[in-house]
Amino acid sequence: MKAQRAGLLAGVAMIGSLALAACGSDDNTGSADGAPAGSSSPSSTCPTGTLNAEGSSAQKNAIEEAIASFQDTCSGATVNYNPTGSGAGIKQFLAGQVDFAGSDSALRTTPKDGAVEAQQAQQYCGSPAWNLPMVTGPIAISYNLKGVDKLVLTPEVIANIFNGKVTTWNDPSIAKVNAGVTLPSEPIKVFFRSDESGTTENFTKYLNAAAPKAWTAQPGKGWTGKGEGKEKSSGVAGAVKDTEGGITYAEWSYAKDNKLGIAQVDNGAGPVALSGESVGKAVAAAKQDGQGNDLRLKLDYATKEAGAYPVLLVTYEVVCSHGKDPAKTALTKAFLEHFASAQTQKSLEDIGYAPLPDEVRTKVAAAIAALT
Amino acid sequence: MSRLPAAASAATDAPSAPAPSLSGDRAGTGRYGDRVFRGLAGGSGILVVALVTLVGVFLLWQAVPALARDEASFLTSREWSVSGAHPRFGILELLWTTVTASVIAMAIALPVGVCVALFITQYAPRWLAKPAAGLVDLLAAVPSIIYGLWGVTAFRPAEQPLEDLLADKLGWFPLFSRTGISGGTIFFIGIVLAIMVLPIVTALSREVFAQTPRAHVEGALALGATHWEMIRTTVLPFGRPGVISAAMLALGRALGETIAVTFIVSTLAPGSQWSWSLFNGGETFASRIANNAAEFDSPQKTGAFISAGLVLFVLTFVVNAVARVVIERRKAFSE
Repeated sequence: MKAQRAGLLAGVAMIGSLALAACGSDDNTGSADGAPAGSSSPSSTCPTGTLNAEGSSAQKNAIEEAIASFQDTCSGATVNYNPTGSGAGIKQFLAGQVDFAGSDSALRTTPKDGAVEAQQAQQYCGSPAWNLPMVTGPIAISYNLKGVDKLVLTPEVIANIFNGKVTTWNDPSIAKVNAGVTLPSEPIKVFFRSDESGTTENFTKYLNAAAPKAWTAQPGKGWTGKGEGKEKSSGVAGAVKDTEGGITYAEWSYAKDNKLGIAQVDNGAGPVALSGESVGKAVAAAKQDGQGNDLRLKLDYATKEAGAYPVLLVTYEVVCSHGKDPAKTALTKAFLEHFASAQTQKSLEDIGYAPLPDEVRTKVAAAIAALT
Repeated sequence: MSRLPAAASAATDAPSAPAPSLSGDRAGTGRYGDRVFRGLAGGSGILVVALVTLVGVFLLWQAVPALARDEASFLTSREWSVSGAHPRFGILELLWTTVTASVIAMAIALPVGVCVALFITQYAPRWLAKPAAGLVDLLAAVPSIIYGLWGVTAFRPAEQPLEDLLADKLGWFPLFSRTGISGGTIFFIGIVLAIMVLPIVTALSREVFAQTPRAHVEGALALGATHWEMIRTTVLPFGRPGVISAAMLALGRALGETIAVTFIVSTLAPGSQWSWSLFNGGETFASRIANNAAEFDSPQKTGAFISAGLVLFVLTFVVNAVARVVIERRKAFSE
């Protein structure tokens, strides 16, 4: 009896202390474990320690690939990436919980809900925060249509399909740009992302820029067109796979994995198929929007450049240009250098991302080298 | 949450538990162990009450500023634009989907669950009753994400013909009219929820049916009742409060189910036409919050979602309260 009671008390005490310990570990930016304190020279190419990052789920597979190869070469380094979404990533970054954030759009420079993200970041960092374009994710306009392997769509047609004006596959406007293809009379089933997402934002930005007459709604993270909503990329891609006559917009990898048809896009200079090269051309055509090493891009969605695939999103890594902790900065630098290297970028193509074109990549590498 | 009143009453009962006659010689209350246990029991009771109160206060605290800025009617609007300087949001559609799907789930799960419980306790031979009961309980152990995955990939194609049939034969009736939704309809969610809550209904009903006094049963049979008449006159009336509480527990689960619904549901595009059809899509409170949690980037937006959560909280609270009242009333008749 006595022994039992003691055991009970011990149990209660243990649970209590566990609960307390769980509370204590919230702060995951603690000092870089094992980093040579103070004396280190940040120029070392393989620093040790732990990096924590959070944000966009669009770049999840890409950054995981980069982390794996980085940790192969630098066994003393650990990088954790938590794909909770761009909004959450920036929030955690501003709260000092993570070392860098991944975001599908650059930090906002205009006020929203009374706050300007870029200013908040500058305040938090004590120096300007830089947006470094790192991962290019093409958005595939994916469809499921028996017997139709090649489908060409113009921005107007895409906009009209997604806003519910074109409702059957053999609509004259689709037939016009697909001479020689037998289109079924089936109804078009549009699927959209029911969660707020950068993919939706970039897709609607494209529609709004390339077909301003047909797509009048303001681009945004929430869907403004018609159709049926599904959760996340896997949800929409899965729904199209299961639904004859379905169409959606999703990251390239989801279209590939589900073996969906991918429409070619004709922005006015002929149909362009989705490939690493055609996406790279569109990224290279983007204008730089930020100052100096802040490499925010202004994508030209309506580009008429031949062979450029314009429907894409760029994921930025958001970092403090002057880091708060030298050991962490060295590690961030080393990791991002590795991420932006030609070899790592090339390896991303297999998993559904397009490598950064060299023009942009060299600028990113220069910006990373300038991080202090 | 349904345990709350019990815990609360435990907390208030605790001080009165030691009889006054024992307190004089310190035999019952003065011992170290007694004091510790009394403290633990009382503390746990207070902790639970405090937790629920704090959750309620947190929800209110976060929701009120967003609600104050809401430019649409919160209870009757179908809009949902929560960011920007002029937020407009309302919960009508969420409430409709949540309640309708749960009602469908209960309409299926309650009769089926009670029948399963009757079979296990009254009809099945002993060698079958035990494993059958175990199997039904096993349904409760399946994680809800599995129900979601299974629902979307395996069950949906099998269920589709039923919906088509209903829409063909009864399409003139607004509840069964055809819609353009091809994936997770409210009707389909209701069926999946029914399967998920079935074990709750069955397990609790089984427990009470098994406790029907032997004398009642034998009395009924001695008076010449058939098996069915015996069940109708003794087992069912005796088990009624248990079945009602099982139904309410199950309803609470159905209302708040998140992951499976988020997985299955087909969301409606903003601004789409209102439809009474069960074959329409929609989002429940829980699925909309879960689906958008990653993008809570401003207090106002978070507050809007939390105010939806608050409605769900109140809804489940009311369901449980009603259940308590019903059970208390019924008890008087059945005993």
